[in-house]
Amino acid sequence: MKLHINGNEYDIDTPENTSLLDVLRIHLKLTGSKYGCGEGICGACRVLIDGHATASCITPVGSVQHKEVVTIEGLAKDGRLHPVQQAFLDEDAFQCAYCTSGMIISAVALTNKSPKPSRQEIIDAMQINICRCCAYPRIIEAISNV
Amino acid sequence: MDKLTMTTMENSIRYPEETPDRLRIATSSKVVTRRNFFRLLGGGIAVALSQSCVYGWSDAPPVSEQLAADENTIAAWIHIHEDGSVSVFTGKVEVGQNIRTSLAQVVAEELAVPIQHIALIMGDTSLTPYDAGTFGSRTTPYMGPQLRKAAASLREALLEKAAKALKVPATALRAEAGKIVDGSSGKTLAYGTLTRGEKLLIPINEAVTLTAAEQWTVAGTSIPKINGRDFVTGKHQYTSDMVLPDMVYGKILRPPAYGATLAAVDVTKAKAMPHVTVVQTADFIGVTAPDPQTAANALARIAAQWNTTPQPSKAELFAYLKDNARHGGGDEDDRQEARRLFEASTHRLEHRVEVQYIAHVPLEPRAAIAEWNDGQLTVWTGTQRPFGVQEELAGAFSLAKEQVRVIMPDTGSAYGGKHSGEAALEAARLAKVVGKPVKIVWTREEEFKWAYFRPAGLIEVAAALKDDGTIASWEFHNYNSGNAGIDLPYEAGVKHIRYHPSRTPLRQGSYRALAATANVFAIECMVDDLARLLQRDPLEFRLSQLTDVRMRGVLTAAADRFGWGGKKAPGHGFGIACGFVKNSYIATCAEVAYGQANGQLEVVRLVAAYDCGAIVNPKHLENQVLGAILQGLGGALFEAIDFKDGRILNPTLSTYRVPRFADIPPLDIVLIDQKDIPSAGAGETPIVGTAPAIRNAIADATGVRLHQLPLIPQGLKMN
Repeated sequence: MKLHINGNEYDIDTPENTSLLDVLRIHLKLTGSKYGCGEGICGACRVLIDGHATASCITPVGSVQHKEVVTIEGLAKDGRLHPVQQAFLDEDAFQCAYCTSGMIISAVALTNKSPKPSRQEIIDAMQINICRCCAYPRIIEAISNV
Repeated sequence: MDKLTMTTMENSIRYPEETPDRLRIATSSKVVTRRNFFRLLGGGIAVALSQSCVYGWSDAPPVSEQLAADENTIAAWIHIHEDGSVSVFTGKVEVGQNIRTSLAQVVAEELAVPIQHIALIMGDTSLTPYDAGTFGSRTTPYMGPQLRKAAASLREALLEKAAKALKVPATALRAEAGKIVDGSSGKTLAYGTLTRGEKLLIPINEAVTLTAAEQWTVAGTSIPKINGRDFVTGKHQYTSDMVLPDMVYGKILRPPAYGATLAAVDVTKAKAMPHVTVVQTADFIGVTAPDPQTAANALARIAAQWNTTPQPSKAELFAYLKDNARHGGGDEDDRQEARRLFEASTHRLEHRVEVQYIAHVPLEPRAAIAEWNDGQLTVWTGTQRPFGVQEELAGAFSLAKEQVRVIMPDTGSAYGGKHSGEAALEAARLAKVVGKPVKIVWTREEEFKWAYFRPAGLIEVAAALKDDGTIASWEFHNYNSGNAGIDLPYEAGVKHIRYHPSRTPLRQGSYRALAATANVFAIECMVDDLARLLQRDPLEFRLSQLTDVRMRGVLTAAADRFGWGGKKAPGHGFGIACGFVKNSYIATCAEVAYGQANGQLEVVRLVAAYDCGAIVNPKHLENQVLGAILQGLGGALFEAIDFKDGRILNPTLSTYRVPRFADIPPLDIVLIDQKDIPSAGAGETPIVGTAPAIRNAIADATGVRLHQLPLIPQGLKMN
């Protein structure tokens, strides 16, 4: 099947029910998206599917064949970080940073929809994303600064 | 051209007298053990050729070619490459506490080298000096000074070398930005040119003068996370991301409950799958496959029957812990005296505090890659104790320690939960049989079921007051959870404090701040209730019983910032708590609101003051403090492991709740920078104030005095 990921076309030979996360990480070596819970409720594996932040661990790869997938690896353009990536870097909005890819993906989806989100909008949009190090205040600050 | 080597004269500098041929050993062509290395060198100051390659895990030479320098020498800790870049070696590991940054800062400070030129090699048993592990808030107070001494000694050695070369006294020179500068002539010598990549086997000067915190220019500042860009781009390779050529993925057959034994097993269907290998020994069954999904499918086709045994459940936990406790020992006279004073007092309280098992839930589960090569084992794994895992593996496979290399890439958190090497051992067992590198990544469910928990505990505390309001007697028994933070920071007449180890129904181990999360909770609940018994202000009562100026300092600072004693809205309550663990001090104030109509409890805001001595990196310290305080919300309010008959009943993130964005109240942190006090580690202590501050605020708002952790797993219930 053909996949569109980060502006590239890939031809993949896997069963359609393989998780998108496994295809990204194992088959395409795009390991920026992380496994955290396997049930779509920690946010570490989130990617953009047609602009929506979506848990790739519970998304069958067959369902994204005609959609545009963007992972953390696809956000920077020509060596320039996406403004959300830059904001996280500037704010040190991470500790172990294992959650960071998914956090940034959720925040990109949010700021595309709502460029200057309120604190409550940020909390609502990010509620699925767990930072076990609890850098939450820094992350809220980073998104507010985008 | 490297900007560090720009003067023309330095290229002509040579030090033949310091590099006689007999001292040169080509480490890439023969095996050099530590012993014969030093025999070759003889005593005294010597310089030997060493690897000029980068010391990163991917480029490092194989185990047999490692060259470990004596830990009393600079070379064991710091190496200057010919291009002026600096490698720093430490057995400590990075799990998000940002010591890769803070340790680079202290080296940059003492060595006078730009921090961008420093790369830390961490937690690699073949390249770094032995280290017991990254726990107990020990990196900043112990590894920090060790590296500072090595760096300062190196700076001294560089000044002396440059003095010889320039034929001026060392006192006329200064070290600056990776160069030795002669102030009078303006001549400069880059460090890389002075040492030409050679290994400096110069003893560390234990008495070397270190830069005082007041003079810090790099340490003490908020340097951003050193490799931060790799994390915001997804480039950083955690163990779970790494791939070796020809690598396969492993899965392990798990019992349905702790202590279950295999009655019968049929692996035929799994074995028949293409590209699948089943590894079966007396006590272990695992599979490997070219991808994780196939490995999981193969595991699912193994038919196993198990014998299980009845075991204690959560409902019986606290009776079980007390019934199975071993007596804490020691003199009993003070217990009888404390009891007598308690019975005689008219102002006295007795609490029974229950603390549940909780899980660390590191977002990156346990992961390991194991590779065998000519009988030597190399393992990459996320562990807080790479040298401990090395010993574990050597023991398991009857190898010498030198035949096992454990490498710890920067890992997706631990919180005390990754002291062990389960995934490493599993991967190594599979890899040995299949003859290929094997990667194991635990599922979230495996992480919940087969890692270990913060110990549960039962605490019994009895306290009595004298007529003058001071504490007459204090009797404190902790069953099972541990003795960290068990000492009473307040003045008291007779104290009897004991920890009684017990049998534990679940596997338990280290956790952020250990049992201080339980003991400080029990202490601070009791002290608060004593204050209320006397109708005294909880802050004023604490201050009246405390002599430690730093504890008084954090309490006062937190209370001032919080507005302690200010007006409260109806239904709102204020709570305060303080704690001292591992040489640092936390005080936390909480405001909660209780809605009588809906029964909802809300943590409205938190304010904390923290004192860990001289601050090395303010922003990262604040990250550690806010992270610990907010992680503490989970254990305070709702985290608890449910179990029955050796089965974990809530082994998923949909059934075990951890703090999320909506749980986070506004948080204000006061960091007290004590420049004349050595820096303590900050990863643990701040967690201990959260639960008691919130509990005391709930008592203030509602009159309900809770004595269990978590406080309100199902929401606040009124009596």
